[in-house]
Amino acid sequence: MASTSEERLNFINSKLTNTTTPTRSVADGYELATDAKDSFSIIKALKESCGFTWMMDRCGVDHLEDETESKRFEVVTHLYAPDTNERIRIKTFTDEKESVPTLIPLWRGANWFERETWDMYGIEFSGHPDLERILTHHEFQGYPLRKDYNPENYQELSEPLPIHFDDDPSLEDEDPLEANQWINIGPSHPATHGTLRIMAEVNGEIIKRTNLEIGYMHRCFEKMGETHKWNQIIPYTDRLNYCSSAMNNVGYCRAIEQMIGVEVPEAGQALRMILSEFSRIMDHFVCVGTNAVDIGALTTFWYSFAPREKIYELLEEYCGARLTVSLTRVGGMAYDLPEGWLKRAEEAVTYIEKQMKLVDGLLTKNPIWISRTKGVCALDQESSIQYGYTGPLLRATGLNFDLRKVEPYYFYDQVEFDIPIALNGDVYDRYLVRMEEIHQSCRIIRQLLKNFPTGPMSIDDKRITLPKKEDVYNSIEGLMNHFMLVIHDVQVPKGEYYSFTEAANGELGFYCVSNGSGWPTRIRCRGPSFAHYQAFPEMIEGKMIADAVAGLGSINIIAGELDR
Amino acid sequence: MKTAPKGSPDVNQFIFTTKAKEFLAWGRKHALWPLPFGTACCAIEYMAVVGPKYDVSRLGAEVVRFSPRQSDLMIVAGTIVEKMSPILKRIYDQMLEPKWVISMGACATSGGFYRAYHVSQGIDKIIPVDVYIPGCPPTPEAVIQGITQIQEIISKKAKS
Repeated sequence: MASTSEERLNFINSKLTNTTTPTRSVADGYELATDAKDSFSIIKALKESCGFTWMMDRCGVDHLEDETESKRFEVVTHLYAPDTNERIRIKTFTDEKESVPTLIPLWRGANWFERETWDMYGIEFSGHPDLERILTHHEFQGYPLRKDYNPENYQELSEPLPIHFDDDPSLEDEDPLEANQWINIGPSHPATHGTLRIMAEVNGEIIKRTNLEIGYMHRCFEKMGETHKWNQIIPYTDRLNYCSSAMNNVGYCRAIEQMIGVEVPEAGQALRMILSEFSRIMDHFVCVGTNAVDIGALTTFWYSFAPREKIYELLEEYCGARLTVSLTRVGGMAYDLPEGWLKRAEEAVTYIEKQMKLVDGLLTKNPIWISRTKGVCALDQESSIQYGYTGPLLRATGLNFDLRKVEPYYFYDQVEFDIPIALNGDVYDRYLVRMEEIHQSCRIIRQLLKNFPTGPMSIDDKRITLPKKEDVYNSIEGLMNHFMLVIHDVQVPKGEYYSFTEAANGELGFYCVSNGSGWPTRIRCRGPSFAHYQAFPEMIEGKMIADAVAGLGSINIIAGELDR
Repeated sequence: MKTAPKGSPDVNQFIFTTKAKEFLAWGRKHALWPLPFGTACCAIEYMAVVGPKYDVSRLGAEVVRFSPRQSDLMIVAGTIVEKMSPILKRIYDQMLEPKWVISMGACATSGGFYRAYHVSQGIDKIIPVDVYIPGCPPTPEAVIQGITQIQEIISKKAKS
């Protein structure tokens, strides 16, 4: 591998031919542009000779309003090279007539990402097996993320999509008594958490094949991102992964701050870390608790919900909301800490640790729990990477990958904590990884509380953060600054950025495009659940229905983040 | 007129009279079996309502049933998108009479702040709603108040 970035850049460029613009270094990694017809060979070369073996995201952008672009659409692919810890963005220009080659031969996980791009923009992918509606319903007309689609053009659905599978002639000539049956699981079903639909073909209790339908929670986050200003989007980010809202706030605001090129003061960074780790604890407790409920252990749910209430109290004291907190702002935090908050946070950590021991005592060595979860719904490491897995699910397959260690942000390189991994990638291992992560999060919070930095929470720049309330009420300058910022919002420099944080479920990426004003051109959220759920058929086919329920609970699909 | 035999207790001390339908309503309102049609953030907050701190079983409404055939109170907790609307209608139709509906949170009530192409702008276009609970998401206290309002509706209707 090349040592300096200059050499590395030359190395990458030497492996690629036919790029429209050669690879160059940008703020968030490398970037290159291609034509639609050459994009497959270029991305293949990047995967096979340059080490970019993970596909993190693939989405579309509409350049209708930008007259400098000759072609209307752009397919943006983000790749990651785990060995060298580098990221690259491949921009493929296309228009309504030209189709882009699919990446499914390289990554099986590209399937849904491309389907979504087609659903939202109408960009054709040649070689894609089923370009059908994925997030919107099957009677939907038009492509909603195109700039000329009116966000208030509501389209009602008359009938749910009937249960269906692709034709498979090998299944038709069977004895009718032995024939497979079609059953519908969800979306209103206790095990599917209200919004996931699994069409299953079963033989007795064995699932032969499945067809997933998602989009039952598609509430148009990305379209809303284009009709609001940068700071107004923060409440929408709360509702992506609503089990750990604070982490989405942090991830989003960090992306915008990186685009502007500012960093939050130390106290703000430490508080963001504390709130993120508390959110991670909440998220993991919900996952473990509901996973146990789904397979019949109700008691665990009560034990794992009690510490959440403690954290809710802390959040409520800080910002007034329990669940959807919206506690960050671009450039800092919404409020200063109330008096004595840090002490109460310390008490909450002690309580969480105590409560965790109870959950641990109920499950970890429980023979029923073990027999229901060990070896169930495992996914190996190779397939996990194919589908773009990150977070606890990837770590449960034995890969030591955590963005907090690989690419430390804030003070993650200064606090001591370990990354738990497990080996088999089954439901039990996922549970163990999550439980240990709760423990490690407690460790991180304790260290931060001990050395909490003094100073302001937000940067002092009238173009980015709101002035203090006393200034707004008592000085004309403060009043004007407040007015200007509320009316025009933060002016984010023209450009684009892919930012990522380690959220509770894995890599939470925000790809933002700005045209230099207070209104974003494109906000793309790469939710970890979207990648995770796509591999679910691979996990459950050939298994019992009851195992599928255990598996679904363990991958912690949060609909807000899956369908956005 | 016959008098009660000597030594037997006075009947009026342990018997009260009511109407049959009021008596049924009294039983019903303290034994609501909710069907949580939970889709989004509000469903997480509804879990907190059922959870150990707020403990909705104090109102007799803790027997959460996911089968529409077994429940009489539908709590729509979360955003209902256009794709979900026909399913919500079907689940509601499958519930047996008498039945009540709580619309929990801004999204279920009006679409909330999602003025967007795929979000249903209020479930009352699809099914009748008895109680709307404001909030995004509503606090558990508000949900408990919503359930007590359903109880009032039940007893008032029996008296009318």
